[in-house]
Amino acid sequence: MTTTQQAPAPGATAAERSPAVRVRGLTKRYGQRTVVDGIDLEVRRGEVFALLGPNGAGKTTTVEILEGLRRRDGGEVLVLGEDPATAGRSWRDRIGVVGQATGAGDALTVRETLDHYAVYHAEAEGTDELIAAVGLTEAAGVRSARLSGGQRRRLEVALSMQGRPELLFLDEPTTGLDPVARRQFWTVLERLRAGGTTILLTTHYLDEAAHLADRVGVIDAGRLVDVAPPEEMGGELRARSTVRWREGDGFRTVVTTEPSAVLRDLLAARPLAELPDLTVTRPGLEEVYLQLVGAVPASGTATDADGGTR
Amino acid sequence: MTALPATALPPAVRPAPPGALPIGLARIGLELRLYLRDPGQVVFSFAYPVIMLLIFGSVFGGQTTGPDVRFEDYFLAGIAATGIMLTSFQAVGIAIAEERERGDLVRLQVLGTPPTSYVIGKAGQVVLTTAAQLALLLTVAAVAYDVPLPADAERWATFGWVAVLGILSGTVLGIAVSPFVGSARAASAGITGFSVVLQFFSGVFFVFSELPSWMQQVAAVFPLKWLTQGMRSVFLPDRAAAGEVAGSWEHGTTALVLGAWVIIGVVVCVRTFRWRRGDG
Repeated sequence: MTTTQQAPAPGATAAERSPAVRVRGLTKRYGQRTVVDGIDLEVRRGEVFALLGPNGAGKTTTVEILEGLRRRDGGEVLVLGEDPATAGRSWRDRIGVVGQATGAGDALTVRETLDHYAVYHAEAEGTDELIAAVGLTEAAGVRSARLSGGQRRRLEVALSMQGRPELLFLDEPTTGLDPVARRQFWTVLERLRAGGTTILLTTHYLDEAAHLADRVGVIDAGRLVDVAPPEEMGGELRARSTVRWREGDGFRTVVTTEPSAVLRDLLAARPLAELPDLTVTRPGLEEVYLQLVGAVPASGTATDADGGTR
Repeated sequence: MTALPATALPPAVRPAPPGALPIGLARIGLELRLYLRDPGQVVFSFAYPVIMLLIFGSVFGGQTTGPDVRFEDYFLAGIAATGIMLTSFQAVGIAIAEERERGDLVRLQVLGTPPTSYVIGKAGQVVLTTAAQLALLLTVAAVAYDVPLPADAERWATFGWVAVLGILSGTVLGIAVSPFVGSARAASAGITGFSVVLQFFSGVFFVFSELPSWMQQVAAVFPLKWLTQGMRSVFLPDRAAAGEVAGSWEHGTTALVLGAWVIIGVVVCVRTFRWRRGDG
């Protein structure tokens, strides 16, 4: 995936230069339960933004509010410069949606479905091009009811991009897909992004977020706990390296933000000795993520913890 | 996979989305296709009246009721009225529950589909399937059971307005009940069951004037009784009017009751129809 940002065209209006999504203090309650608890979020034009979080974290609710499918209880939301709660049909035509619960007449073939929904858009992408783009050429004459899970998702994506949207929402688009289908799916999204489409996707797959997204927002219990490019996610947590070596019968570990200094001291103290099994590791994305969502306790800040024989 | 053509269309060059009419017309085609590809609909709403006619014709063939009215002629009116109810009210109510469950309605919401387009699609499909059904039913009745079809324009005009009011009320009431019927399974059982009971009460299976009066009074609240009575005024000789409960065809009351149900249905639709359940 390229890392160049899509520069706004010269002469673009203020609305076109504004972020694709701007959210301040978004809240949503179901009865007494707060499912979205004061989220601030900004998705830039042309970027792929992944909302990452465990099931029930509030990802779908947030996205459905941005899509204008649910009302919010508080906060400000601007999507493509308009409030989704009041925006009209022209706005809807500028966004594309792949939901978890959208369907399309089971008794229609892939081609019939795309031909039909083309009518709803101001300008629709050709059916043949869409079918080829999502790799459904061989299934074009098959009724939706007989498609595999992966084929069905691809039909959903074809439908979502049919109106050439500026902003595409994908809610857990690859859940339940096999690894091959997921990879094919990623390729489709990469090409869409290259065509200037802003993409906001939710996922609970870390590798997916790391592979596709320019930035990742980690959401947990209705709060956004971190927003960063995947390689910088976790900030402080990420910066803590673990230095580990064998000493006597057990291992010694040091958790530090300055591994070079620790190593210098360590080696200086034993100028001639070999340090058996010496490793310096930085936490992986998964580890950082699990700490962010509170699934495992954050590694201690102590600089000289005895790790024992783990 | 070939190169992806889909590039975002900038707002400056994006035309306005199409109006409600072109989408509605495209939806008529879609609705027809979905209806005809659903075996449940084809058997229990489209073909059902013809099956009923064949059964009734075999059981009651040659018998008479009231002032020299053949059973075949009497029941054809009720069966035609039932057909209208099945292709409108029952078919629409069940189809919407399925569309809701399948997520078709969420898609329409996501696409910003004008509700008018949706109604045009449903109504267009109902009009066309009902017309085809009635044509088939009357042909079978005339050919197989020698039921005399009306010869004068006045009776056909009556047939026309009764059928149109029946289709309209059935369609809007089918849409109106859809938010209240629950899952597709519940809708199918509930709506079909209700339709059958209403047929018993409305003089489709029995001669209406011979039913207990409380049944007649309950039936008089709903459209089917009036639809059936209106159809009898088309297919039975004028002297048969004497056999009606009121001693006449009551065309005025029929138009009033059916019209009132159309209005009630429209009001309920406008106030309660949502693309999906719960939080909008």
